[in-house]
Amino acid sequence: MTPVKDIATVAEAYDLIVVGAGPAGLSAGVRAAELGLSVLLADENPTPGGQIYRAITTTPVTDRSILGEDYWRGSGIVARFEKSAATYAPGCTVWSIGPDEATPGSFELGLSLGGKARMISAAQVILATGAQERPFPIPGWTLPGVMTAGAAQIALKGSGIVPSGRTVIAGCGPLLYLLASQLAAAGTEIVAVLDTTPRSNWSKALAALPDFLRSPYLAKGLKLMAATRGKLRFLTGVTGLAAQGEKQLGGIRVERGSRVETIPCDALLLHQGVLPSVNFSNAAGCEHYFDEEQHAWLPRLDEWYASSVAGIAIAGDGAGIGGAESAALRGEIAAFGAAFRLGKLGESQRDAQAAPVRAELSRRLRGRRFLDLIYKPAPQFLAPPQDETIICRCEEVTAGQVRDAAARLGVTGPNQMKAFLRCGMGPCQGRLCGPTVVELIAQTRGVSPAETGYYRLRPPVKPVTLAELAALPATEAAVKAVVR
Amino acid sequence: MRTGRDSADVVVIGGGIHGCSTALHCALRGLSVILIEKDHAGRHASGVNAGGVRQLARHVAEIPLSNASMAIWHDIANLVDDDCGFSSDGQVLVAENEADLAQCRARVEDLNLRGFHHEEMIDAKELREIVPAVSEDCPGGVISRRDGAAIPLRATQAFKLKAQRIGVDVREGVRVTKIEHDGANWRVVTDAGECLAPRIVNAAGAWGGRIAADLGEPVPLEAVAPMLSITAPLPAFIKPVVILRGRKLSFKQFGNGTVLIGGGYLGRALPDENRTILDWSKLASNLKTVWELFPIMRGASIVRAWAGIEGRIADELPVFGRSAKHEGVYHQFGFSLHGFQLGPGAGAVMAEIIATGRSNVPIDGLGIERFAGSH
Repeated sequence: MTPVKDIATVAEAYDLIVVGAGPAGLSAGVRAAELGLSVLLADENPTPGGQIYRAITTTPVTDRSILGEDYWRGSGIVARFEKSAATYAPGCTVWSIGPDEATPGSFELGLSLGGKARMISAAQVILATGAQERPFPIPGWTLPGVMTAGAAQIALKGSGIVPSGRTVIAGCGPLLYLLASQLAAAGTEIVAVLDTTPRSNWSKALAALPDFLRSPYLAKGLKLMAATRGKLRFLTGVTGLAAQGEKQLGGIRVERGSRVETIPCDALLLHQGVLPSVNFSNAAGCEHYFDEEQHAWLPRLDEWYASSVAGIAIAGDGAGIGGAESAALRGEIAAFGAAFRLGKLGESQRDAQAAPVRAELSRRLRGRRFLDLIYKPAPQFLAPPQDETIICRCEEVTAGQVRDAAARLGVTGPNQMKAFLRCGMGPCQGRLCGPTVVELIAQTRGVSPAETGYYRLRPPVKPVTLAELAALPATEAAVKAVVR
Repeated sequence: MRTGRDSADVVVIGGGIHGCSTALHCALRGLSVILIEKDHAGRHASGVNAGGVRQLARHVAEIPLSNASMAIWHDIANLVDDDCGFSSDGQVLVAENEADLAQCRARVEDLNLRGFHHEEMIDAKELREIVPAVSEDCPGGVISRRDGAAIPLRATQAFKLKAQRIGVDVREGVRVTKIEHDGANWRVVTDAGECLAPRIVNAAGAWGGRIAADLGEPVPLEAVAPMLSITAPLPAFIKPVVILRGRKLSFKQFGNGTVLIGGGYLGRALPDENRTILDWSKLASNLKTVWELFPIMRGASIVRAWAGIEGRIADELPVFGRSAKHEGVYHQFGFSLHGFQLGPGAGAVMAEIIATGRSNVPIDGLGIERFAGSH
């Protein structure tokens, strides 16, 4: 692996650019380099690992029992990448992707590193931009003291910092238990874990139970539950949550059916599962569909994880949530696909080399469907019933405003909603409000999220400074091609 | 998808600000109207333009329509029950040097001779008072004080919603596939049924050229994709919309501090796919102008850039008025990157022409007959 510190030393063009250095991106980069492709792996974090293996090479949390063996598995993946011939650009933001007019069929990507931007060409692109937490808007969630569980995990892995004071963890999904056990092991005072998993999900998930019982998830899950449930106070069947406090979080109001109690606390960590991070693939023009079981927008992909845009593949959790191990395997398969499209690998070689990876992947994904169904969030946590709850933090738009615009002004989709309320037009471009806005419109109009649609994402996918863009080398055509 | 009646006095094709305005004004005159839009109202140029409400620097042929429109903009809530986010802080054309300034002066004198007084010269001192952030070297410029800006998609939707409230049958997500004679009527065939009307209005924007060509009246229209970008919020530093005389730049700070940057640099339009592709090296030229002229902007971050699909005619003037070939056909498209301000007034004038056969607002030089025989 060749690290890049100065964007000026990045080549003009690569066979393959991989975006994201989580398990999918690292594996895709390694495999593609082994197959003889020139590879650039660009990642906005300072060190490799993505979210799941964040700071794996630098974390101050050296007691391996705290973050657990699943985390430390990342060391092997990173070590393998370090031995590869790929070029690695850490701290590098990829902010746009479009066709390269000079080389038909290729792409031009906007990269920014160290305050300088450049356009780099790639024949193939693998997006490994992973997942993001599903928004969890409850009354009071913008109070200081409330954060997402993922943010708490970043602080723990990256800096060894844990929330101080009485901490409550609330929500649903397998990561909720993992985080509870990691934080408890790291010394956090967890006063309660509030489980919002709807009891009615069990009947829907039952059909998927046999696969789950034969899956690697089961043993892992039981171990986590045993580790946490015995020691921590668990409240299940939570139907309503509201963070309380004037200028600072003071407690959380918990509804379980008709039972109501308030738990005083200093920190509240919210989490209700993860979603594929689709901002980049959306801005790239890849086709997406709404997956009812994952209750999320997913890119439409073929068996090599190739998207509807020829030359762009999407690996890892960005292709649909599957977890770290399956992300790494999907990265390899996407690399085989890219190498084949570039003529570096014959069809039969590709299929033969991918076969064992596919077999392992299907074993890893077995049982996933059960998790999707059992942990599907309740409607009241997808679209807050309280009108005053803020749903777009960038533009401070409330749930009531969205419902009103959908009902009274007949706004049928999130793109029209922008014109009236500006939700989704802040710096995060809807990462934090998109799923909630769609849900609110869908519920108000009595239609499905699929019918409601999603934001059309605009580049830059991540903000980039005017000075950087202005310093991009201008072609002569650009200077001449000016119109009124 | 098929709703409502199957015939009307007028069928309007296209749900941009022009189509919606014409539909609304026709309905206000008591005509029954069906409006057909292939996507949703304001999906393209009308919804994603810079929102400039500008009389400044317009072609003389457009000024009467623009005047009619400006009167409506200043009382817009009265018409559509929504202020459309309209604010009027003027628009300023900045001369970067003496040569620019001389051309500004010649233009304003010419307008005055024609009886138009909306553009006024300003000197370096007044320029600096109105636009303090502008570079010290600029010797003056032109101001149009009643100009301003509005929120494009909200304005277009406001026209649509008001039209619906007074009875216009708006059919969104319906695509016109064919237009043909049927006795004294026009039959408009769509992918969701058909409808009949003695009069049809082609307000299909970048797609208007195809409809005109199908009717045997081709025009030299190109679908283009003017690019815009917007910054994260900055401290307030500029009120009017600013455009440059020499280099191409338009510039507007909103109440929330974000700054919209335009200038007519083109990306690539893919009208068949409803999609545009940005050209970052051209956008870089656009931003370099900002970097040079407004030092305060250098540290700003760009949070979004986009382009809409717009119909540009070779002579950069719209096609507006009756068909040169067919009774009952009216054209209102190809506004060539400056149609947003004209929407309210053009709709009123078009409705007047449709309902009464004439209008006092001169539209000379805008008719489709100027292209007759050129193909």
